[in-house]
Amino acid sequence: MNPDKQTFTLDGKTIPFCNGQTIIQAAMDAGEYIPHLCFNPEFKPHGSCKLCTVKADGRTTASCTQFAQDGMVVESNTKEINDERRVLLQMLFVEGNHFCPSCEKSGNCQLQATAYELNMMSPHFDQFFPDRPLDASHPEYFLDLNRCILCSLCVRASRDVDGKNVFALSGRGIKSHVIVNAQSGQLGDTDFAGDDKAAQVCPVGVILKKRVGFSVPIGKRSFDEQPISATPHPVVKEA
Amino acid sequence: MNVPEMTEPEINVKPKLRVATTSLAGCFGCHMSFLDIDERLFDLLELVEFDRSPLTDIKHCGPCDIGIIEGGVCNAENVHVLREFRANCKILIAIGACAINGGLPAQRNHLPLSIVLEEVYHAQHGLVDGFIPNDPELPLPLDKVHPIHEVVQVDYFIPGCPPSGDAIWKVLTDLLAGREPELGHGLIHYD
Amino acid sequence: MTIQTRSHAGYLDPILVKHQHNPNNLLQILIEAQQHYGHIHTDAIAHLSEQLQFPRSKIEGVVGFYSFLYLKPQGEYRVLFSDNITDRMLGNMDLMERMCAQLWVESGKVSEDGLLSINTTSCTGMCDQGPALLVNNIAINHLSPERVNAISELIRERVPVSSWPAEFFAIQDNIRRKDILLDSHFQPGSALSVLFRSGAQRGLDEIKASRLRGRGGAGFSTGMKWEFCRDAVGDAHYVVCNADEGEPGTFKDRVLLNGYADMVFEGMTACARIIGAKKGFLYLRGEYVYLREHLQAVLQRRRQQSLLGQCILGNDDFSFDIEIHLGAGAYICGEESALIESLEGKRGTPRNRPPFPVTNGYLDQPTVVNNVETFAAASLILLNDGAWYAGIGTATSSGTKILSVSGDCQRPGLYEYPFGVTVAEVLEDCGARNTQAVQISGPSGMCISQAEFGRRIAFDDIPTAGAFMIFDQRRDMFEVARNFVRFFAHESCGFCTPCRVGTSLLSNMMDKLANGHGSPYDFSEIEKLNVILQSTSHCGLGHSACNPVLDTIKKFRSAYEKRMIHEDFVPAFDLDFALTQARQMTGRDDSSAHLERLNEPR
Ligand SMILES: Cc1cc2nc3c(=O)[nH]c(=O)nc-3n(C[C@H](O)[C@H](O)[C@H](O)COP(=O)(O)O)c2cc1C
Ligand code: SF4
Ligand code: SF4
Ligand code: SF4
Ligand code: FES
Repeated sequence: MNPDKQTFTLDGKTIPFCNGQTIIQAAMDAGEYIPHLCFNPEFKPHGSCKLCTVKADGRTTASCTQFAQDGMVVESNTKEINDERRVLLQMLFVEGNHFCPSCEKSGNCQLQATAYELNMMSPHFDQFFPDRPLDASHPEYFLDLNRCILCSLCVRASRDVDGKNVFALSGRGIKSHVIVNAQSGQLGDTDFAGDDKAAQVCPVGVILKKRVGFSVPIGKRSFDEQPISATPHPVVKEA
Repeated sequence: MNVPEMTEPEINVKPKLRVATTSLAGCFGCHMSFLDIDERLFDLLELVEFDRSPLTDIKHCGPCDIGIIEGGVCNAENVHVLREFRANCKILIAIGACAINGGLPAQRNHLPLSIVLEEVYHAQHGLVDGFIPNDPELPLPLDKVHPIHEVVQVDYFIPGCPPSGDAIWKVLTDLLAGREPELGHGLIHYD
Repeated sequence: MTIQTRSHAGYLDPILVKHQHNPNNLLQILIEAQQHYGHIHTDAIAHLSEQLQFPRSKIEGVVGFYSFLYLKPQGEYRVLFSDNITDRMLGNMDLMERMCAQLWVESGKVSEDGLLSINTTSCTGMCDQGPALLVNNIAINHLSPERVNAISELIRERVPVSSWPAEFFAIQDNIRRKDILLDSHFQPGSALSVLFRSGAQRGLDEIKASRLRGRGGAGFSTGMKWEFCRDAVGDAHYVVCNADEGEPGTFKDRVLLNGYADMVFEGMTACARIIGAKKGFLYLRGEYVYLREHLQAVLQRRRQQSLLGQCILGNDDFSFDIEIHLGAGAYICGEESALIESLEGKRGTPRNRPPFPVTNGYLDQPTVVNNVETFAAASLILLNDGAWYAGIGTATSSGTKILSVSGDCQRPGLYEYPFGVTVAEVLEDCGARNTQAVQISGPSGMCISQAEFGRRIAFDDIPTAGAFMIFDQRRDMFEVARNFVRFFAHESCGFCTPCRVGTSLLSNMMDKLANGHGSPYDFSEIEKLNVILQSTSHCGLGHSACNPVLDTIKKFRSAYEKRMIHEDFVPAFDLDFALTQARQMTGRDDSSAHLERLNEPR
């Protein structure tokens, strides 16, 4: 088998791939958009948000962890799958506290932009309204876990790139949450720094640089200008 | 970017649709935005007439085709008004962040109501001998602020804080034309 | 601070030495460390982090995952009432309330003097002798009001648990029907001797010929699993026995480990010989910690008998030993890849599969994970032969299956049958009367109604990991499903969105129905959640979390109709109740200080 010749189809389009690539990696390389939140091409796939769910040869699977196979038939942009993705988004919205109008990340937020993309008009379910504290202890950064979607990108970035383990997951089930590496539990008491990779990867408005909040006005931000589907790689712009 | 449909919806000459609007725990921002549909308001008035609304002076909602609600549910009166709308309107639309997820008022939800009332009427700086008003005319607050769909069934949602006039126009004209409303990129906004 | 740290070093350092300062043993280290204060002190974490050179955040993350590890002080006496539906049917809630009242403590909280805490926990595997509880992780069964009175008294008098009456801790095997396995009178070493005589390849051939399928639920061919693992390339191979037995209503592994441990260990050792492993683990659920001493003794005896350790039975080329690892209250750790994560000392999050454990298991090496009963059956097969075993049972399902029978019947306990036995036969044997339903294979299995009692226990009809919970006509099948849904929400590991949020939403919806706020709207919502959980969840827990509701809606519709009391949507919360605080604060009780209900029940 010639590894250069391997392809699969994504909603009827032919997508080439090399050995070891997952469906979403190959699709992205080909400029195709599959909704995703916990996947970031710079990191090892995690497979937890399930936004990237597709049907591969009829089987529902996460496209960020499913390896591409020659001749595979992948469906992604169908009503059925998009309806499921919208429900997953609604779950993420009600699980936390997302008040976009007062969030600095609004307009640059992948959760929000994905919800726009999938026409999520309301969170549908009853809100959990969890009680989560805001951590302002760090001189340069806020940590507002009200908006955390548990994608673990900060965990992966800090561990794998920064070599610091500033972030980790704790709790279980609906009580899962991100913690930081300090006995006080405060970000200010960790060795977190502004030039850490972990400072740049959060897809939502949790890890936010202080004092730059509204420097780009609402309406002029990344996903105000173009939809996330037209932005092939996750835009990492500071809010 | 999707340009909102400006074409006049095709509608047989029928009696005008009756529309009611109200603001619960909201700031009237969504209503202001409604007025932002500008001269299209005249087009709209060709097709609809208003029942209870800050735009009219009608106090109670009668049978309507469409009810539009701004703001979340934070007190007993909100519940009464919302129920009146649900009972009378064939289609109920939640408009704006507060109606849809509680918005700013719901930011008190992580605090017990007792602390909120204490803070407002007793502890706040400058209050001497404050007391919590017990006038039966005043609606009692609920222990939590709720999006309206947690209290009654809601048919459509127009997100935004506030949604743009264009977004409101798009949903209304879609509905008037019997289409499933859809806001494309540029019109769908949560902020 | 230094004094604090030094005082933690005192008890922590020996534990660290025992576990070779290896972060892979973190969970075991934490379980032992907790013995000291009843929780893991924040300074203890600092010391462990320093000594293991392992980030504090990860240690806290592990503690936060397991129900039986605590970051905050707990009571000196930690009482956990088993909360399976079978415990409920035997009145556990009344008994818990009784104890709370006697000891002046609210469930879920620590008493003000720090003496005790009372809470519920997922099924402790004592359904045939419930209601059950754990006190400082040790099981006490057959609870009665008198026994609860006595326990309250002992706690009030601060009598150490080790001095409590021995009969409190008696645990019965309740073996009611024996077949080839339970009646085998197995001699330690007998199966290994056969294996050494015939050779590893021949042993594998026998296992394959027996058509043995895994007894832990999924029913994968054991012979194929061993072969895949043997053929996988790696630095080392591992054998893991899954004794997490967390599926509510299942307790046969407990009995096997108590009375048949040699068969289990011998099966593991044979597997090691066949796949080329030097090391094995028994992953024992925390609820069964009382079995550890006995199991250690069996292991020790087997070492003395040259059935474990170096040069087993004189074979210079075969050394193998088994270590016992404890779980700490997490049902998800029964899922094999989560179990391996937990063995490695981590949070028990299921891995992405493929790759499967047979190629990339413990420490990323080829690993066989099998259920307790599977290993015991393997010993039996090697001792006899594959064809003999294959001749028992049915075409798709060879051999026998041990059922854990509980609920409404006269003789709960273990029943071993050849595969193919009907539900009706089991009900007859255990003395069940007026049976309405049987939940087979636990909450993630199937709920069987009367019309189906002719169906058979077999992989192609009703597959099962062993649970067989019986509900007679008095029982409310809605409450059964609600209990199971709450279990899944509590045990979801939280890794993936659909299960983390969906199981909580589902549990809330069931509560909404139970609280009298149900309407057809809520039914369509449940259906919707079910679709998403089944199709997008990461592992079996999420996939099966809706099963109990779907099955009972389908088969016991009237239990739900009773809850569908409104024609139209009503809120999940009580609006008038939501004004209570405001009424209290304002002292008002006039008519506008209340909200009447709309949509009064039909
Ligand atoms: C949520 C979940 C819980 C499980 N719990 C157990 C368990 O307690 N014991 C067990 O043997 N298998 C359990 N399993 C099945 C294991 O993943 C695995 O299939 C089994 O241990 C393999 O052994 P077997 O082939 O001998 O059955 C569980 C699976 C899932 C998805
Ligand atoms: S994180 Fe995103 S979705 Fe959440 S409030 Fe901020 S902008 Fe909205
Ligand atoms: S803080 Fe941000 S990056 Fe980290 S898990 Fe939460 S959402 Fe993901
Ligand atoms: S389905 Fe549930 S238990 Fe399984 S990985 Fe997802 S959250 Fe964890
Ligand atoms: S992007 Fe694939 S699961 Fe999150």
